[in-house]
Amino acid sequence: MVVNQLSVFIENKAGRLEQVLEALKAEDINIISLSLADSSDYGLLRMIVSEPQKAKDSLKAKGFTAMLTPVLAVKLSHKVGQLQELLAKICEAGINVEYTYALATGSDDASIVIKTADVEKAMAVLEGTDIELIKADELG
Amino acid sequence: MIWNEAKECMSRDEMRALQSARLVKTVDRVYHNVEYYRKKMQALGIEPGDIKGVEDLHKLPFTTKDDLRDTYPFGLFAVPQSQIVRVHASSGTTGKATVVGYTRKDISIWSECVARAFSQAGLNRDDIIQVAYGYGLFTGGLGAHYGAENLGATVVPMSTGNTKKLTTMMKDFGVTAIACTPSYLLHIAETLEADGDLDKIKLKAAICGAEPWTEQMRIQIEEKLHINAHDIYGLSEIMGPGVACDCQYHKGLHVYEDHFLPEIIDPKTFEPLGEDETGELVFTTITKEGIPLIRYRTKDLTSINYGKCECGRTLARISRFKGRSDDMLIIRGVNVFPSQVEAALLELGETAPYYMIIVDRVNNLDTLEIQVEVGEEYFSDKISELEGLANRIGHAIQQAIGLSAKIKLVEPKTIERSMSKAVRVIDKRKLV
Repeated sequence: MVVNQLSVFIENKAGRLEQVLEALKAEDINIISLSLADSSDYGLLRMIVSEPQKAKDSLKAKGFTAMLTPVLAVKLSHKVGQLQELLAKICEAGINVEYTYALATGSDDASIVIKTADVEKAMAVLEGTDIELIKADELG
Repeated sequence: MIWNEAKECMSRDEMRALQSARLVKTVDRVYHNVEYYRKKMQALGIEPGDIKGVEDLHKLPFTTKDDLRDTYPFGLFAVPQSQIVRVHASSGTTGKATVVGYTRKDISIWSECVARAFSQAGLNRDDIIQVAYGYGLFTGGLGAHYGAENLGATVVPMSTGNTKKLTTMMKDFGVTAIACTPSYLLHIAETLEADGDLDKIKLKAAICGAEPWTEQMRIQIEEKLHINAHDIYGLSEIMGPGVACDCQYHKGLHVYEDHFLPEIIDPKTFEPLGEDETGELVFTTITKEGIPLIRYRTKDLTSINYGKCECGRTLARISRFKGRSDDMLIIRGVNVFPSQVEAALLELGETAPYYMIIVDRVNNLDTLEIQVEVGEEYFSDKISELEGLANRIGHAIQQAIGLSAKIKLVEPKTIERSMSKAVRVIDKRKLV
């Protein structure tokens, strides 16, 4: 299943990240996982949240640049080599991984968010295996 | 030394008579040779016979950069192209360059004016002059070069770009004078200082121009390098560098008014202003053949004084510039209009047309940063794509203005929206 990730453009200015989080809090939106990629001038805040569409709309209304990006949320077990085996399958299919970060689901298992160049194709590849994808409604 | 004492020291009455005679001839020539001016004059109901001297100057129409754009490229030339021996070009307010043409005689007069300026800086045939303005379409390099050759000095045509080579030759050749932008000269001074070479040079004078600078900066250059620093003024539309220059007394820039007739006008009412009143500087070229311009509005704000100078020259003096009446910026010697940046962004079509130009001076070199809003429709959640966008914007801006700029992507709505004229430039250089 494809999960909608919320991405926000943040200038490198004091207090800007906090303002994004404040806007989400005001809408009662839960942040399940996040990753912040930074360049010298700006950052990209990528989040898995409880209600992505509502989160995006409320941020937009407050003047932030935000977008939803389809990503895969994959369940892994705490075993050596799990992530490597997952990536091997994606790489064998010739799909490029753009970024990935850890997903906190609260359960004992480890999970990750993975963004590939072709999300649909990656999903098709993984659906034919025993790898478990997390559905959007399982989050939040 | 005074290069042309007969002209530079003539009485005010003689100068006015000379200017009047030359003005009458110029007006007659543009009326008959330049359709654009003929139509402009006809629209105002003026014929060449109405202009009998300098006292009638105010009757003539103004010329602006827009007129040069409208007649691009050669529409204001007053001689057949076969008589033009060179063209130069500078930035226009939009994509089109402002093109000017010179006859052989124009080049000769220009060389004399620059030689006068170098003489004012105490230079002569015994000097070795490095010309470190850019050579090319910009008038700085070739203008200073021909003037220095006319003076009889030994010219080292450095152009810009390689400071180490410049300082090495300055030491090895025993260079005695340099012509370059004042900010570049300060950069050269710092390079010499860092290398411990300040006492290994024979430099005695600098002729700096092409960008605004303050009296404090001039004194700073003089003290750092133990030289005399002179302020040379010019603009390609009128000639190039060598329209005016200050002498050793530094009490204003002597205008070579036997060739370039100056006026000061109120930039709002266009009414002529009196001596020592600050307004916009306007020039009428009265000897130029290639592209004679009538009452060209420079947009530079200054005042004129007609008193005789301690150096003996009677040429009118313009004071240090007090700013501009338009939004043109001069960055690293290059003219930049905010409208050029806007046009480049709109043409690229990948950003909102909201931008902020931030000019600063770091280590005496101008820096240019352009902030551009990342609108939702151009946003990507991949850094590589955002960097690609910034690179494309940077490339488009470089193509448009000829300068590299640091592109900073900013959040939408962070650049001020204004109902009236929006502020699009923050100039932190404090030049005035």
